[in-house]
Amino acid sequence: MTTLAGPRVGETRPRRRPRMTPRRVALYVLLIGLALLYLMPVYVVLVSSLKTLREVNETSIWAPPAQFDPSAWGAALTPPLQNAGGIASGLANSLVMTIPAVIVSSLWGAVNGYALSAWRFRGSELLFGLILFGLFIPYQAILIPLLTSLQVLRLYDSLAGLALVHVVYGLPITTLIFRNFYAAIPGELLDAAKVDGGGFWSIFRRVYLPLSVPGFVVVGIWQFTSIWNEFLFAVTLTNSPDTQPVTVSLQNLAGSFAAAYNVQMAGALMTALPTLIVFILLGRYFVRGLLAGSLKG
Amino acid sequence: MSRRQHLWAAIVLVPALVSTGIFVYGFIAWTGWASLTDWNTIRRVSGFLPPAPYLGLDNYEAVFATPRFWTNDVFANLVFTAVFVGGCIAMGLLLAILIDQHIRAESVFRSIFLFPMALSFVVTGTVWAWILNPVEGVNVLLDAVGISVIRQALLDFGPLQPVWGALDSLRIDLLRPGLTADTRAVVGAIALAAIWQMSGFVMALYLAGLRGVSDELREAGRVDGASEMAIYRRIVLPLLRPITVSAVVLLGYVSLKMFDLVFVLTRGGPALASDLPSIFMFETTFKGHQWARGAAVATLMLIASAVVIVPYIRSQLRAREA
Repeated sequence: MTTLAGPRVGETRPRRRPRMTPRRVALYVLLIGLALLYLMPVYVVLVSSLKTLREVNETSIWAPPAQFDPSAWGAALTPPLQNAGGIASGLANSLVMTIPAVIVSSLWGAVNGYALSAWRFRGSELLFGLILFGLFIPYQAILIPLLTSLQVLRLYDSLAGLALVHVVYGLPITTLIFRNFYAAIPGELLDAAKVDGGGFWSIFRRVYLPLSVPGFVVVGIWQFTSIWNEFLFAVTLTNSPDTQPVTVSLQNLAGSFAAAYNVQMAGALMTALPTLIVFILLGRYFVRGLLAGSLKG
Repeated sequence: MSRRQHLWAAIVLVPALVSTGIFVYGFIAWTGWASLTDWNTIRRVSGFLPPAPYLGLDNYEAVFATPRFWTNDVFANLVFTAVFVGGCIAMGLLLAILIDQHIRAESVFRSIFLFPMALSFVVTGTVWAWILNPVEGVNVLLDAVGISVIRQALLDFGPLQPVWGALDSLRIDLLRPGLTADTRAVVGAIALAAIWQMSGFVMALYLAGLRGVSDELREAGRVDGASEMAIYRRIVLPLLRPITVSAVVLLGYVSLKMFDLVFVLTRGGPALASDLPSIFMFETTFKGHQWARGAAVATLMLIASAVVIVPYIRSQLRAREA
């Protein structure tokens, strides 16, 4: 399990499937029961978000809606009440802030990972360890200086400032994933390229980058999910609806008495949708990022 | 030639080095320094290091002298960590072993158990606040199947009283109605939501490990006449021990800095029963404007997590070298 090319969770072992015995039936009953338990919140969210205000207040949380009423979805985006918030601006802000942050931090991580794996020099391992430490600090320990610095640099309460913060603190994980990914590229390939007289940049361009697509997918998905879902930086470094990411606007929506539960659930669903879609389409790569972040990739 | 190329590698890493030096190590040092000053009053912040009188360890003494810090924060965090880590390991291992049985639709089940990991803790908190709602949700469902009678019978059952008493005082007694609104149940209720979200992560760790346990090894066990149960107990689980260590360390770290989920679910309430150091730090700093005292709490959090995580990074990097 030292490299990303190692055994993967996403792959099924080819082996014949045992016959159905009472034991196997019990196994499936248990699995399906647990699956329903894990899906229970999804059902509650979906059902609640499709109820009317009256219905969500009067019927059981478990009852399906009498008819599908999408008004809570609209209300979650832009509430009819003035100044009641809504997550429409948050969704837009998150998108505008997340995408450049993902691109920049992925590219930066690729270059770092390449330098650390293909061109090891004295002290490069120590350097990697120093960078990696940033992956495991509670961000509270840097939050106050970060806020102060952003204020001085006039980047407080701005999407650019928040994107910068995510690039900087995403550095350890993007570097880690790319370093391990590139370490799996056979040394012979690198040696041959060096014998051919390839330099640092030309080998990166001609040999490593063309092989990097899976690496970029893993890092891109990981960064997108983490940045989109992040809350601590978002809530401390932004202050106005014009810059607050969606996690903050959802929290405001959920914390306000103006929003009933059907609206809150619709908001939660819409906040979750982008990362959920990515997970459903590219879950295999998400798992690889997950394992890499535990240093187990 | 080669030397110049290696120089390129070093040059390319300079921005990463500078960024880490400033944003990680520099800011940690800054936080540490700030925690020793009187950066407590509301004042216009001008410049990077506003002048503030040096106080020494006064802020730490003040934090330690706050009853809230020990009886709520540290206590709740220890209980939460134990329940959350234990629950995730148990569920994760169970799910991994079930999925490892060459089942049909394996990837579907895997995705179902793992999808909560793709969600924000803010989403989880919003949703579970509704599910754990005192007058609705889980509580009503349980009542509908007559659980309230069973619950009351269990609570009244004499021999079990000490158990309920102990669980009450640990704030994880999930037999109480009104989970997030009950000081005796709230930590357990938050842990429940957290386990729902993170147990799939542990499952993925164990599955990766199980894939590494060769079929030949298991087959050898079967040839020797060992039952499936014995194969797991004697062969597979011991091989998974390093993964358990990783999972405990990583979940412990997640638990120590846990903020968003609690902030959204309960804000540390009711009556500070689910207050964690992260909430204390946030409120002290940003609501109370006591920056230096918040920095002291943050420094304590960092020390606590470094004690766990630094040996882990070192052992992982060393294992990789070997």
